[in-house]
Amino acid sequence: MAQRNLDDKPRKSSLPGVISRFPAAYAAGRLLLSIPTMLAIITLAFFLMRAAPGNPYSMERKLSPEVEANIRASLGLDKPLIEQYGDYLLNAVQGDLGPSMRNKDKSVSELIAEGLPVSLTIGACAMGLALAIGGGLGVVAALRQNSAADYSVMGLAMAGISIPTFVTGPILSLVFGVWLGWFAAGGLDLGRMSFYTIFLPVLTLALPQIAIVSRLMRASMIEVLRSNFVRTARAKGLSEARILWRHAAPAAALPLVSYIGPATAGLLTGSVVIERVFGLPGVGQYFIDGAINRDYPLVMGVVILYAGLIVAFNLIADIAYGILDPKVSYE
Amino acid sequence: MNVTAPDLGGSRAMSRAAEEGRSLWDDARARLMRNKAAVTSVWLLGGLVIIAVFGPMVWPHNYDAIYRDRVAISPTFENFHILGTDMLGRDLAVRLMVGLRVSLAVGVIATCVSLVIGVAWGATAGYLGGRVDQIMMRIVDVIYAMPFIFFVILLTVVFGQNIFLIFLAIGAVEWLTMARIVRGQTLTLRQREFVEAARASGVPPVKIVTRHIVPNLLGPVAVYVTLTLPVVILAESFLSFLGLGVNEPLTSLGLLISEGRENMSKLWLLLAPALTMVSALLALNFIGDGLRDAIDPRDR
Repeated sequence: MAQRNLDDKPRKSSLPGVISRFPAAYAAGRLLLSIPTMLAIITLAFFLMRAAPGNPYSMERKLSPEVEANIRASLGLDKPLIEQYGDYLLNAVQGDLGPSMRNKDKSVSELIAEGLPVSLTIGACAMGLALAIGGGLGVVAALRQNSAADYSVMGLAMAGISIPTFVTGPILSLVFGVWLGWFAAGGLDLGRMSFYTIFLPVLTLALPQIAIVSRLMRASMIEVLRSNFVRTARAKGLSEARILWRHAAPAAALPLVSYIGPATAGLLTGSVVIERVFGLPGVGQYFIDGAINRDYPLVMGVVILYAGLIVAFNLIADIAYGILDPKVSYE
Repeated sequence: MNVTAPDLGGSRAMSRAAEEGRSLWDDARARLMRNKAAVTSVWLLGGLVIIAVFGPMVWPHNYDAIYRDRVAISPTFENFHILGTDMLGRDLAVRLMVGLRVSLAVGVIATCVSLVIGVAWGATAGYLGGRVDQIMMRIVDVIYAMPFIFFVILLTVVFGQNIFLIFLAIGAVEWLTMARIVRGQTLTLRQREFVEAARASGVPPVKIVTRHIVPNLLGPVAVYVTLTLPVVILAESFLSFLGLGVNEPLTSLGLLISEGRENMSKLWLLLAPALTMVSALLALNFIGDGLRDAIDPRDR
């Protein structure tokens, strides 16, 4: 299926070429593999929740047995465990994650739908920022390997990896929000996202990813610059700029594609922190409130959502990698 | 006769030189010692460990002692509150030491848990190979896609906040990369002559794995352990920061940072734990990177 191109033009990802390389069988296989993953996650979450001591109402005032029986019946808690599991699974597949225990008049799906636009916007902006800045810094460091520029980029990257978001968040908010007043220190009205309000959260979320992306990009760029096809391009007398941007950079960016999966996980984890630090009404905020209030269905729903996102982006990354790298073969 | 004698002496000298030759580990140590960042980090980390372990024992204040008349005072030498006191009137310096102690303890214990599971799993899969390997690594792939930290949160929601549970839970979700690294190494070790010799002389598989394979995994495992430590410490602090980890009056770096964030006007409450955390993590990362470059110098 995969074939090496032997002509001397940089491999272009023309649309027909990409489609002809689309590994349908492999993609289907990976998609099938993600089903047991999701099933395992939902199953684990469900039984963990049911293993919890007490019921969600045990903290509130004593209810009469009849009322409690009614509540249990309305939530389906009187059925056998395996049947409850089947119901939950069936509903979850259809996007119904059950009612929230604390927010009486809203379902978990509605709460998630409220928070998702905020979280997704900030996550997507942070991902873009991380790829642009991290990729650029990595290229610069690789081109000037072992120079002052390289060391300062790598030092910054080390700092970015070592300083957690729950440290950078409060400090950025204090300096640029409270002291200098350049950006909003926190808080965000739904539907009123602007550069002013989301800049600091996006920056905080992106910093560790910028660090990781720049390290990945530097390492792979150094390798690519030493490879035969770059030497060939030089021998042909191409300009350095053309070698860099048409030949080397696209090849070096390949490892970034497989980093999409882990990056998603990192961004989700980070989003929980920054939504708390900056007081944003995103999914992560609901998740933590749910965890503190022991709102099991909400916590479970968000875990399933996050798992779904991570599985999906891992899948996309794997397939995209296969399409972009002709050396990958599917056997 | 005349010709062979000096020749003999020469070969003896050569064999002595070989005996005193530098092993791979000597080379690695020499490379590590040349890495200034790593050496500085070792000293810094050593200092932090000593402060965390012995500091609270010799400090004049107790970590849960509340001084009602000295709430949130800024750093001063009066009464020896060199980092000030927190919002409840507790000495911040001693709380910082205890927090560092808890964070480091979580790091070490959870890393050990992940080390044991990861090495056992990876070495078994790699050594047995074939179908067993396929199934075991497929399981790792499936778990790999799970959002670990959220499962730890789910666990704390279900079973309540218990510090030992946090140790175990973090360790139990961080072993996957270790298992992959160990399996890869085992696959190559398995083909080597000394393993073949052991197998030929009838050594049982369990003993081959424990006596011949695992000791040879030491290099990459040591590197990955130092890189797991900061990840685990971060995970615990993340939980504590969100209020889902260590409980009061016990504390950890994440919890202290969270308290500092809530009272931004008292800047020292945020800066002291934040700087401690960052320097510990930086030191661990520099040591890990240094070890990796020293043991596997291909990248440099």
